[in-house]
Amino acid sequence: MTDNIVQIDNLSFGYKGRLLHKGINMSFPRGKIVAIMGGSGSGKTTILRLIGGQLKPVQGEVRVGDKVVHQQGRNDLQKLRRKMGMLFQQGALFTDLSVYENVAFPMREHTSLPESMIRDLVMMKLNAVGLRGARDLMATELSGGMARRVALARAVALDPEIIMYDEPFAGLDPISMGVICNLIRNLNDALGATSLVVTHDVKEAFSFVDYVYFIADGVVAAEGTPAELRESTLPFVHQFVHGEVDGPVPFHYAAPDYRRDMLRGRDV
Amino acid sequence: MFKGVVSKLASVLQNFGHRLIEQFWRLGSASRLFGYTLASSGESLRRPFLVIREIYFTGVLSLIIILVSAFFVGMVLALQGYNTLQKYGSSEAIGVLVALSLVRELGPVVTALLFAGRAGTAITAEIGLMKATEQLSAMEMMAVSPIARVVAPRFWGGVISMPLLASLFSMVGILGGYLVAVPLIGVDGGAFWSQMQASVDFREDVMNGFIKSCVFGVACTMIALFEGYDAPPTAEGVSRATTRTVVNSSLAVLGLDFVMTSFMIS
Repeated sequence: MTDNIVQIDNLSFGYKGRLLHKGINMSFPRGKIVAIMGGSGSGKTTILRLIGGQLKPVQGEVRVGDKVVHQQGRNDLQKLRRKMGMLFQQGALFTDLSVYENVAFPMREHTSLPESMIRDLVMMKLNAVGLRGARDLMATELSGGMARRVALARAVALDPEIIMYDEPFAGLDPISMGVICNLIRNLNDALGATSLVVTHDVKEAFSFVDYVYFIADGVVAAEGTPAELRESTLPFVHQFVHGEVDGPVPFHYAAPDYRRDMLRGRDV
Repeated sequence: MFKGVVSKLASVLQNFGHRLIEQFWRLGSASRLFGYTLASSGESLRRPFLVIREIYFTGVLSLIIILVSAFFVGMVLALQGYNTLQKYGSSEAIGVLVALSLVRELGPVVTALLFAGRAGTAITAEIGLMKATEQLSAMEMMAVSPIARVVAPRFWGGVISMPLLASLFSMVGILGGYLVAVPLIGVDGGAFWSQMQASVDFREDVMNGFIKSCVFGVACTMIALFEGYDAPPTAEGVSRATTRTVVNSSLAVLGLDFVMTSFMIS
């Protein structure tokens, strides 16, 4: 992995003295789709926000190209972000705008293209996600899957080099999930971009990603291709990939002894 | 026993200190947002359609409540004023009373209070929900500043709308006062208007009222924007922020009114 468009070195991040990540190292090679997986609350989305410069690391660094993200000034950070597109968990479409205007938004903000060209580009992006016919609908009139697809069209509006997906399958029906999987793969290959997919949906992610990082307890617990991880004997990876209820990640949240808790206030 | 009282007292003091520090933090954050908003204003004002859109939402859509309230306030002022003035045989001065009350005080103050309730809450809830649904984060990730794109246009929309609404409030209030005083009670119409014209000074009364409404415009809009921007991204957070907008705006308007009036009168 030599040509890495995003490189994370010894990254630590936390809130109020509690570290969420403890020295994470990750590489995202150009042109590949890499999944970041882990349980809920393991800090997967936070990694995307650190790459986007919305949060600053406590220690270590995130490099995008040859630039350290948290060392960039306001203007340089804006320039860096123009290379990125991000799909938020619920789409984050602007509810006061139509589908067409949502996709046109980044073009209007960052280019001075004539309206006719913006129209053509918006139509191309919407066609790529199969929603050209929905251009006049308001964002609030879309189903969850459609909103995610429009948000995807908006995320790739300016042909970014890096596309980040935050839980792209959450709350979708199986058909929409399949559609999103295909779109991520096709858009990545068509644009020659690099995709980072944060998810905990093992089946869907393993079907199309090139490489996977597993995060647990603030560190990279395992990494490899989907085929390697399917065969992994590491207890955490085995539990996660096979969806087992109990294992290294316990079913019960840390609690005092059950018997003592139930009999509290009585003579034991 | 003594130890228990001391620890309770310490905990009360600790809570008080904690809340005080938190308020200072919020004041600092609000000032910072105000600074950023002013710094980003050039970018927003270069695209006037953004500000015009906000003038429509905060100003034009507030017209009904402002005008209807103004009409009733003017009518009540005339009724109450006539009741007292006639005892002294100066019922013709009713026009002066209505006009001065409205232009100097009630116009700017009541408009600001209604504005906080109608437009301020809408601004807070909208920005709070944009934050909760990650629309502001999405904007940031698209290299678009939410302060320049969302906050600053709303700020100028509110600041421009408020003096216009206050002027309309005073005008419609005077009309309401006229309708009660002249056709209904029978005060002489000529005396009503001529006394008003002779006693209301443009600089002392009208301009001072205008200055007040501009200051209230800045205060109410900024409070609404800050509360929305600072709201925790949850249903409860947005609901609390909306309530705080009304409470803080109302207190700020009444407090600022007293301070400005004391300077203007002296």
